[in-house]
Amino acid sequence: MKAWQAYRLRLQRRRWRLRALRKRRELSVVADRTEKIRPADILVLTTLRNENARLPHFLDYYRGLGVGHFLVVDNGSTDGGAEYLAAQEDVSLWRTEASYKRARFGVDWLNWLARRHGHGHWCLTVDPDELLVYPFCDTRPLRALTDWLDASSIRSFGAMLLDLYPKGPIGAQPYARGDDPLDIACWFDPGNYSLSRNATYGNLWIQGGPRARSFFADDPERAPALNKIPLVKWDRRFAYVSSTHMLLPRGLNLVYDEWGGEKTCGMLLHTKFLDGFSDKAHEELQRRQHYAASAEYKAYAAALEAEPELWCRWSERYINWRQLEVLGLMSRGNWT
Amino acid sequence: MSFGVVILVHNALDRAAQVIRHWADAGCPVVVHVDRAVRRARFDRFRAELGDLSDRVLFCSRHRCEWGGWGIVAATQSGAELLLERFPGLGHVYLASGSCVPLRPVAELDAFLAGRPRTDFIESARVTQVPWTVGGLSEERFTLRFPFSWKRRRWLFDRYVALQRRLGVRRRLPAGFEPYMGSQWWCLSAATLRAILSDPQRPEIDRYFRRVWIPDESYFQSLARRWATHIESRSLTMCKFDFQGKPHLFYDDHLPLLRRSGCFVARKIWPRAQAIYDEMAAGGHPAGEAAPSPARIDRVFAEATERRVRGRSGLYMQSRLPNPGWENGFTAAPYGVLEGFAELHDGFTEWFARASGATVHGHIFAPERVEFADGATVWRGAMSDNAALRDHQGRRFLTNLIWNGRGARQVFQFGPRDSQRVSWDIAKDPNARIGVISGAWAVPLLRSGRPAARLCDLAARLQQVEADHLAALRSPHAKARIRVWTLAEFLEAPAEALALMLSDIAPGRAGAPPPPPAMVPLDGLGRFLQEMRNLGMHPYLTGDIPIEPPAPRRPAPRPYLVRPHA
Repeated sequence: MKAWQAYRLRLQRRRWRLRALRKRRELSVVADRTEKIRPADILVLTTLRNENARLPHFLDYYRGLGVGHFLVVDNGSTDGGAEYLAAQEDVSLWRTEASYKRARFGVDWLNWLARRHGHGHWCLTVDPDELLVYPFCDTRPLRALTDWLDASSIRSFGAMLLDLYPKGPIGAQPYARGDDPLDIACWFDPGNYSLSRNATYGNLWIQGGPRARSFFADDPERAPALNKIPLVKWDRRFAYVSSTHMLLPRGLNLVYDEWGGEKTCGMLLHTKFLDGFSDKAHEELQRRQHYAASAEYKAYAAALEAEPELWCRWSERYINWRQLEVLGLMSRGNWT
Repeated sequence: MSFGVVILVHNALDRAAQVIRHWADAGCPVVVHVDRAVRRARFDRFRAELGDLSDRVLFCSRHRCEWGGWGIVAATQSGAELLLERFPGLGHVYLASGSCVPLRPVAELDAFLAGRPRTDFIESARVTQVPWTVGGLSEERFTLRFPFSWKRRRWLFDRYVALQRRLGVRRRLPAGFEPYMGSQWWCLSAATLRAILSDPQRPEIDRYFRRVWIPDESYFQSLARRWATHIESRSLTMCKFDFQGKPHLFYDDHLPLLRRSGCFVARKIWPRAQAIYDEMAAGGHPAGEAAPSPARIDRVFAEATERRVRGRSGLYMQSRLPNPGWENGFTAAPYGVLEGFAELHDGFTEWFARASGATVHGHIFAPERVEFADGATVWRGAMSDNAALRDHQGRRFLTNLIWNGRGARQVFQFGPRDSQRVSWDIAKDPNARIGVISGAWAVPLLRSGRPAARLCDLAARLQQVEADHLAALRSPHAKARIRVWTLAEFLEAPAEALALMLSDIAPGRAGAPPPPPAMVPLDGLGRFLQEMRNLGMHPYLTGDIPIEPPAPRRPAPRPYLVRPHA
């Protein structure tokens, strides 16, 4: 890497960190239990809006993996989710009515919280509709993974976003609060992903899956990015650049091997396509708070008029992480 | 009990206490060394916890144990000296760490050692003859000096090594001394250990080893060669190393594997692997008199290294995107590419599928849409037939198709009308079996019924594209198995060409192939091509097609085979 480019990235990182510092003023404390965080705790960071129905399962899922504390930014929920979160003993909650878009889709807020509370912890930054799976997640807690990453001097762990969808029209099967969303949205695309390298940041750019196939078939360049690096041994000097797709310093983005081998990686099961998605798509389209002028939601809204079905005859039904590994979507690497 | 244990502890003290208690309860005398990095208060508490076992559990003087440094050897020496002094009747001394867990009943280990009184179990190999070392330092461990910590002062470590190499500095080994290397964890007979500790040359040797890198893997290993009477060069402690030379951790789900290995002691155990510690506390898994055979579970760990270092051929995914040339196979499996055959025969893909048993696609790179086998609009892996999606990354489309189609031989049609993104990739791919009938694009033009004058530009374009593609196939970089016929050559002996392609793509297929498919009518082809020539567009890739209907057949010319370059 040229010194000039390194210098520019350093400036950019500084800029994102300053911005996070400025944006912290938008957050007001609802419940601050951060003094309960123990030195070795794994933290979950999330920003959300009107996700009450998903919250009980979301919290239980990550508690089950051994997460110690949740740091949540509530961006103006009106569905009672905030009250529910504020009552949880392992949740610290901040509230803001400020613009999601102008906080760079929540990244500034979470960069701040990670910087303030995450230094030295393994921090998992996920949305409420994302469930992390990693090799051996059925037999080993998340702590086993982070201990191994520590022992291997690995600071960041990649997990591609895998879109799951139900069979039949989206929303045909009702989702009740507390249910496992995987009971309904349990199908995925096993092998239609494209990937390339981002020359500036060094991360991969992965596209494909049902969203590219159904909503962006004629404009694949604009299909959503699926590469994510959600689990990072946080240092206060780090900063997410764009969602959890990439970070600075850019060495953290090298979660793939360039010499033929496979690195250990996980998968984020994305259960966005549930009952209620259609309403959400319309609402988000009105709010215009999403990436690229909400292009993604425009495409959804247009397609959803026709009650689309994402399921096709070659969809796979999700079973476990071993299935994902056999299909070549994730890998144990040399963790065994 | 005929043996004692020296235990080195540096973290996870609760688990270490559990293991120490286990050894002591079974009747073994234990000497514990606690790293000096552990705080005094914590050490005192730890010592107090084991206070009820003070007749069998002793604590030796503490050293600072840093990975790669001398401290670990010093700690081992202190521990062994104390143990031999206080328990002079021991037959063997077992060196273990706080994260080494006995898997079998201690009595079985005792019986095993009692039956081999003069044997020293220590892995000890000549430095020059094993590929174990990581980071390029094998013999240099013994000939350079390493005053800086590898973990904390890597930069200085590396610079100092580079400097010594540049200056050509070499340390002299103590007289009569040959270095050996092996696992840090050994079980020596008391006689050998005593001899090592009272070696007349010891002050000199200790001084020398203080500046050797990772001396704990070579100090006892080398000196045992000097004093032992019978060395079994293996460790009784099972330890598996990954490709970076770091020990694999064992978790609860490894328990069946650990039992199968029949090993007495395993390391490293993840401190939170409750089931493994429970098994130990329950007395271990009895295996009678069976000798340990860690090789039984080697495969699991060899696979892990293979996966991490070489990966799965033809797979491109979130944690594997090889640089050009490092793919270890561009695609996952052999596949066939047929160019021009479908243009010349009716129902060719169906016939070829029947004859070869393969999955035969149409033109998957056609400009309109992907022609998957059987006209499917979505194919395996949920691949869409949308041409824009495919062209977003044509190479990934091809590698995905072959990856998703593992299990059945994949064949597809290709031609100059198609997107040419993968032209070079298939030429360079040893998995590709390519058969080309050059100039076959003229046939659909002829059959379109349009006058030659209006097809000249199109024909010229197709010919140019095909010529570029053939240049790729004939370049020295081409590694595919490639056969090229001109249209004229093919028409002389179509059945032979088909048979060759069948045997390339589906070798060893039993039985005679079904009768060749019907060729499309080619009446007027010669005249059609001549008209193009008359208009100034020379279709040279078709070969020499006679203007008049062909004469009776001559013997077929041999097709030429472009051999892959070695």
